[in-house]
Amino acid sequence: MSANQQLLTIAVTGLNAIDSPGPGVAVIRALRDGLPKPLRIIGLSYETLEPGIYLHDLVDKTYQIPYPAAGTETLLKRIQHIHEKENIQLLIPNFDAELYNFIKLGPTLQSMGIATFLPSLEQFDARDKINLYSFGKKYGLSVPMDKIIYSADELYQCAEAFGYPIVVKGKYYDAIVSYTLEQAQKAFYKLSAKWGTPIIVQQFITGTEINIAVLGDGKGNTISSIPMRKLYITDKGKAWAGITLEDETLIDLAKKFVSATHWKGGCELEIMRTVQGEPYIMEINPRFPAWIYLTAGAGQNQPASLARMALGETVQPFIDYEVGKIFIRYAWDHITDVKEFQQISGFGEL
Amino acid sequence: MQLKKNIATSESGFIFNPTTGDSYSANPIAADILLKIKEGNSDETIKNFIKETYDVTASQLEKDWDDFINQLRSANLLEI
Repeated sequence: MSANQQLLTIAVTGLNAIDSPGPGVAVIRALRDGLPKPLRIIGLSYETLEPGIYLHDLVDKTYQIPYPAAGTETLLKRIQHIHEKENIQLLIPNFDAELYNFIKLGPTLQSMGIATFLPSLEQFDARDKINLYSFGKKYGLSVPMDKIIYSADELYQCAEAFGYPIVVKGKYYDAIVSYTLEQAQKAFYKLSAKWGTPIIVQQFITGTEINIAVLGDGKGNTISSIPMRKLYITDKGKAWAGITLEDETLIDLAKKFVSATHWKGGCELEIMRTVQGEPYIMEINPRFPAWIYLTAGAGQNQPASLARMALGETVQPFIDYEVGKIFIRYAWDHITDVKEFQQISGFGEL
Repeated sequence: MQLKKNIATSESGFIFNPTTGDSYSANPIAADILLKIKEGNSDETIKNFIKETYDVTASQLEKDWDDFINQLRSANLLEI
């Protein structure tokens, strides 16, 4: 591509660069680094205090969109309205909870001239934490044993089968390690009250936690995979600092996953590597992680590569990346004016 | 005894294991030893170098040597 090309407009969600951050701001930074200008970034937000809304050097204009629970029809109407004004060429959603709607709308968006680069609904459902065990078994990937339960009465059986500690996980988010039946029951009630049922009870695997950012082309090829170890973890379990690793077993695991599933788009494999060196897949997040800008820093700009593929370019798989590249997240007090807050609150755009 | 091939060390004693992301700081003597190991010197050659360079008795060196090697091994920095 050359700098003379027409304006490229990309819409991005996940602007909540907070303590448990959405990936949007990192994705935008990577796009701006890796794609030729002129680039216009349209932020799509859910809440009025998502920091990305106010970062005008990164986001040109933001529109609020309806929550995923409103359904695809409402979302489509809003996107149509935004598209009429902005002529969006590519849309990159970054939240687990919104992906179902965007995947479903994919063909409609395509007919409107808006490209996406997302997994199929089958791929999306198969890697859901509720289906992870059967997913692992099907593709020969190491995953912890688990049981899907709807009642706290079933916890005892799980503990008998897996031994303590057990990991009690919410349907969408959160996981609590429980060392006794009482702790497990408490976790069950807490998580089911927050996220509903079922609850996933998982075998506890000890080891080193590693995350891999992966980009698949949808044809079975891994365009990029960057393993990262968290160096500093927040009380919400999020990486506040991390370092790229050199480990062929992790790269091979990512390739095996993409080749088996023909994964299309970005994803994050959450890995626990045991003392014996066996990497277990603990969870598969179907979108870029919040630390995705590290892939650009390490030499494999995944968001920019995704954009190129979505817009029809053929992208060759990356071969090398820089090992020992570190990201350190930081908190920054951004100053804005109440007029801006009023604008996004009152009119749903800024 | 050999350090794993991908272990990075610096003259200042910084050690980085790119497979695990672990890093360590070695004191000047340990940094000297690591450098000698990386150069492919034998244990005996390195021990002689330490005895000539630092004020240490043979028995103390043997004891400290074993401790140090055990630390490298437990940090997973040595070839098995």
